[in-house]
Amino acid sequence: MAEGATGDLAAMEYEICIGLETHVQVKTRTKVFCACPTEFGAEPNSNVCPVCLGYPGSLPVINEEAIRKTVLAGMLVGAKIARYSKFDRKNYFYPDMPKNYQISQYDLPLVIGGTVEYDFGIVDKKRLGETKVCHLTRIHLEEDVGKNFHFERTSGVDFNRAGTPLMEIVSEPDLSSSDEAFAYLTALKEILIYGGISDCDMEKGQVRCDVNISVRPKGQKELGQKVEIKNMNTFSGVRHAIDYESQRQIETLRRGGKLVQETRRWDDVAGVTESMRTKEHAHDYRYFPEPDLLPVSLSEEWLAEVRKLVPELPSAKRKRMVERYGIPLYDAGVLSADAALADYFEAAAKASKNPKSVANWICNDLLRDLAEAKLAIGQSPVKPPHIAELVELVDSGRISSKIAKDVFVEMFKTGKAPAAIVAEKGWVQVSDTGAIGKFCDEVIAANPKIVADFKAGKEVALNALTGQVMKLSKGKANPQAVRDALRAKLTG
Amino acid sequence: MNLNELTIHELSGRLAKKEIAAADLARDVVARTEAVEPRLHAFLEWNGGELLAAARDVDERRARGEAMGPLAGIPVGIKDVLNVKGHTCRCGSKILQGYVAPYDATVIAKLRAAGAIPFGRLNMDEFAMGSSTENSAFGVTRNPWDLERIPGGSSGGSAAAVAASETPATLGSDTGGSIRQPASLCGVVGLKPTYGRVSRFGLVAFASSLDQIGPFAKDVTDAALVLGAISGKDPNDSTSVPEPVPDYTKALTGDVKGMKLGLPKEYFIPGMDKEVEAAARAAVDRLSSLGAEIVDISLPHTDYGLAVYYIIATAEASANLARFDGVRYGSRAKDAKDPIDMYGRTRGAGFGPEVTRRIILGTYVLSSGYYDAYYLRAQKVRTLIRRDFMEAFQKCDAIVTPTTPSAAFKIGEKAEDPLTMYLSDIFTVNVNLAGICGVSVPCGFTKQPKLPIGLQVLGKPFGEETILKVAHAYEQATDWRKARPAI
Ligand SMILES: [Zn+2]
Repeated sequence: MAEGATGDLAAMEYEICIGLETHVQVKTRTKVFCACPTEFGAEPNSNVCPVCLGYPGSLPVINEEAIRKTVLAGMLVGAKIARYSKFDRKNYFYPDMPKNYQISQYDLPLVIGGTVEYDFGIVDKKRLGETKVCHLTRIHLEEDVGKNFHFERTSGVDFNRAGTPLMEIVSEPDLSSSDEAFAYLTALKEILIYGGISDCDMEKGQVRCDVNISVRPKGQKELGQKVEIKNMNTFSGVRHAIDYESQRQIETLRRGGKLVQETRRWDDVAGVTESMRTKEHAHDYRYFPEPDLLPVSLSEEWLAEVRKLVPELPSAKRKRMVERYGIPLYDAGVLSADAALADYFEAAAKASKNPKSVANWICNDLLRDLAEAKLAIGQSPVKPPHIAELVELVDSGRISSKIAKDVFVEMFKTGKAPAAIVAEKGWVQVSDTGAIGKFCDEVIAANPKIVADFKAGKEVALNALTGQVMKLSKGKANPQAVRDALRAKLTG
Repeated sequence: MNLNELTIHELSGRLAKKEIAAADLARDVVARTEAVEPRLHAFLEWNGGELLAAARDVDERRARGEAMGPLAGIPVGIKDVLNVKGHTCRCGSKILQGYVAPYDATVIAKLRAAGAIPFGRLNMDEFAMGSSTENSAFGVTRNPWDLERIPGGSSGGSAAAVAASETPATLGSDTGGSIRQPASLCGVVGLKPTYGRVSRFGLVAFASSLDQIGPFAKDVTDAALVLGAISGKDPNDSTSVPEPVPDYTKALTGDVKGMKLGLPKEYFIPGMDKEVEAAARAAVDRLSSLGAEIVDISLPHTDYGLAVYYIIATAEASANLARFDGVRYGSRAKDAKDPIDMYGRTRGAGFGPEVTRRIILGTYVLSSGYYDAYYLRAQKVRTLIRRDFMEAFQKCDAIVTPTTPSAAFKIGEKAEDPLTMYLSDIFTVNVNLAGICGVSVPCGFTKQPKLPIGLQVLGKPFGEETILKVAHAYEQATDWRKARPAI
């Protein structure tokens, strides 16, 4: 069959349709149906109780904070919050499942719809500012399972993670490339961290993804045969799996082959997807309403309280920063990537007449030094008013930009205010014409050759003389004042 | 008279006045249990030493002048379906062999808070699935009135222990009649509270939307006392209701004058035992002579109850019992090749035939393609059944019916025919589907052999005071409670 593929088939152009089901650990102190802590890295089976171990007779009790954060996530993506929703049992047997059913939400999720806007700048700096929107189908709340471990002759299960609240964020098949999927996930992660909904710590397995992917001839309306790739836990893995799988599907169709609805697994080492089960072997989860939990009905008052927690989203913040402070979109992107950093910038920018320069200092010097010292923005020894003060010192000509760099080093080292450092070190820029004039006379006297060059019309010679004067002043002279003084003396 | 023969309200008075000690009562309870258990087999296990020690502790606290709970020093037998910390909890099943409860069920904690002493593990149909205790993996319990007969079920051990005066009261669970039916067949009082009245936390679930824990007692006053002790909202059970808990004994005035009692025509059916029907009708006449007004009512969807029950209960059970897989507790099959093989072997060896049958049925009704036709439709009919009752309660304060269609049958008589067995719950299942409350109170005996018959009194949600009042007035107007089996 493949051999007989016609030229038409082989030349057909395809487009890729990707939808993501993203499981995100909701940031709560305790598990979703019991009082066990959600901390990571504890001794195996130490954060467990009869409820999260599925002991006979135990009953779940919903953690209101998990509901609140899921609803907040819904508000952040502009979704509809269900006034009435319920939990269901999803039945399947697996050793890491304490009850052999998972409490999840089937037909009445907490959150319906919503959108996530993503920027292509994340995959290509040149495309910064080019955005697209991915529609969400729903967000629901469910419980996580335990973790299986396989030893030489036996297996074990650690149930510490069992019962940790998970949000499942289901997108429409709006994404059309691995780059878009990556940009979407990055934007989604940014939103969730912003809202305090999840830490989205990939290394702790707090974000996991199922990828639904199909291809169809360009222009065709109906979706092609859907393939699901299960349980990806890195964004780069998602990217590679999509690239591989979409290519596999297109090549199969180009060869005249047929695709089947199936679930596949991504093998990160081999870099391929492989079939896990086909539709005939798909699980029948036998969902039915969870009788141990009451349906969730959210009052207007309760929702109003949650609405107060809604922060400004990164994308909106970026746009506002560009407009209000006149900083470049790139800097706004860097500054808005973290809510605390954005707050830091705004505090400094509001205290300054030159927010652009403030942004520069933060994006270049401060972030570099913080990264080197492995400090978070909240731990910065340099406080926002100090940045504003430093900018003011440069702009008013009190110190040179060159000296400012040294001042910043001191600020970071000591946490002192820049004006205090400048005073202490005697780094005030010399603009006094008398002092500068004296330095100029010395330099002119000591460099007859360069002076001759300048007089012969070599304009660049002035730079060399200026440099000498600056050196003599230990960098404190105002360079423009020096140039002006030299020119006056040599041409006058 | 041995102290184990007395009611809680008789005992409490004498204990409070220090005429008797809790240790005396405990000794009589242990002596009686040791004497009858070889023939009765109400208990799967009990620990006399532990009971005695706890009783002595109560006596010491009383001697020190500490404030005592209303059930101080009263041993209460516990059905094997309730978690009692440090004790086995096998639910009459081999699959929970070796499981030791790591926590107290809320009702146990509440009993302890009231001063009661949880005692022993009472036999039951495996996972509360059955009407005779014949489905227990550890042998059948016998009816104290006739050792060749079943005590009813699934809380057969709980009913038999009270009827045989082993303990003054016991706890059971009722999913489709598992308290009221054995209470009726053993001639004791058994009450199923309104769904949500008593916390289910620590009750090993059979069907979560139907299960309720309730008391067995020698008379209505004792049932009211125990109910008061175990009721109330529990933060560990979301389905428990924050309805205030009254002093139920205050409702026991003996006065039913002017009360309207509904007599549903659907509960007097052609196939039922003539003596049972006669006893129920005589009881209704008696209530009428006490001043109650009898009104004819209809519960038109009654006939669908059994079918609806076996769909909803088995569906929920199929998920509830999925956790018994050998991974974390209970028995585990050896030499399994992989997890699926381990599940199959563990569950195949651990569950008895009735439990297996119900899991398969429940799995089937939830399966894709069948869900709408079975589960969803059953839920809709369940709503209609509840509506029947709610409409009936517009016309009457309580409903009276026979508890069961016949008296206790012989061991083995229906064991091979699950459908006939299911029919013994025909008058009780709809009460669970509707979520309302019901009590069974003795209302006579069959002649040959002499077997107890029960009258069921049903009330609206949280109408426990009303049904206790009616049952109590009837009880006090008759002498049935004074009869004791010869065992
Ligand atoms: Zn827990």
